[in-house]
Amino acid sequence: MRRFLIPGIAVAAVIALLALLAFGVSSQKANSSIDAAVARGAYPMAPQDHVALPVLGSTQTQSLASYRGKIVVLNVFASWCGPCVAEAPILEREQHRIAGHNATILGVTYLDNSSDSETFVHRYHITYPVIRDVNGNFVRSFGATGVPETFVIDRKGRIVAVRRFQLAGNWLQQTVGRVLQEPV
Amino acid sequence: MRLAKASLGTVLALALASGPLAPALATAATPRASLTDIENDVMCVACHEPLAVADSPQAYAERGYIRGLISQGLTKKQIERQLVAQYGPAVLGKPPAHGFNLTVYVLPPAIVLLGLGTLAFVLPRWRRRTRAAKAAAPADGPPPPTAADSKRLEEDLATYRG
Repeated sequence: MRRFLIPGIAVAAVIALLALLAFGVSSQKANSSIDAAVARGAYPMAPQDHVALPVLGSTQTQSLASYRGKIVVLNVFASWCGPCVAEAPILEREQHRIAGHNATILGVTYLDNSSDSETFVHRYHITYPVIRDVNGNFVRSFGATGVPETFVIDRKGRIVAVRRFQLAGNWLQQTVGRVLQEPV
Repeated sequence: MRLAKASLGTVLALALASGPLAPALATAATPRASLTDIENDVMCVACHEPLAVADSPQAYAERGYIRGLISQGLTKKQIERQLVAQYGPAVLGKPPAHGFNLTVYVLPPAIVLLGLGTLAFVLPRWRRRTRAAKAAAPADGPPPPTAADSKRLEEDLATYRG
């Protein structure tokens, strides 16, 4: 029995290290399950919708759940991101179009300091609400690995469309238009 | 003469008044941390690389933010606290020692200690086993040569000696 003690401890230590490595690698891996579910038409609920995030330029916090009943276009952006600059006027135009239809754009800053985000908001005349994901956990729960990314969330809080990378063409207008036509 | 006295008085009054304020003004203007020093200890949060070697738009923005804090006269510790408030704890090169991050600090010394413990346990046993094997070797070794073998050996050696 004693002759198996040392090899046993060594094997257990190696297994523990491998398990730790596997855990580390899997936690770094991008979550693509949302994209797959949306593509199948099995719209998943927006994750972490009860997490309260700080509102940019305010001491208040807001969660995605507080928008339940509204169509939300969640746009993940950062002031240091070039494509986000290109998207800003498209999103602002869309906000003016949908604001009267119980829908809103909701900006979420990603790995950006608040002063730079505020400068971005003022420079591009953004009027829609913006919340800050300080440590990136909220954004990562959507499977986002960079910026910009856009998610359309319906009135029931389900993700019905995903756009990784920069918005192009009239994807936003068409997608939001389709969701707006769905019965309440 | 009166004008000269008045000027001297003004200069003295100004010098006295500015005396206690001088260190405060100097503190506000003098940087108390350096970008190079901080860059080595913080991460580019978007590219998961040390900021010192990162070359991404986010890294440039982060450097700009740090420069702003340095110009305000903040110390390295204060700047690191501000960075954590803005980017989360992942911005620190050395993660805080709690939760799962604790493994970073605990695991390497634990592995070293485990290795040393194993060696301390195993080495004396190996040495004892080797010594015992050596001691037992003559008893288990080949039998001593017989008289006939010795004679043959001597004859062979004599042949070589010529």
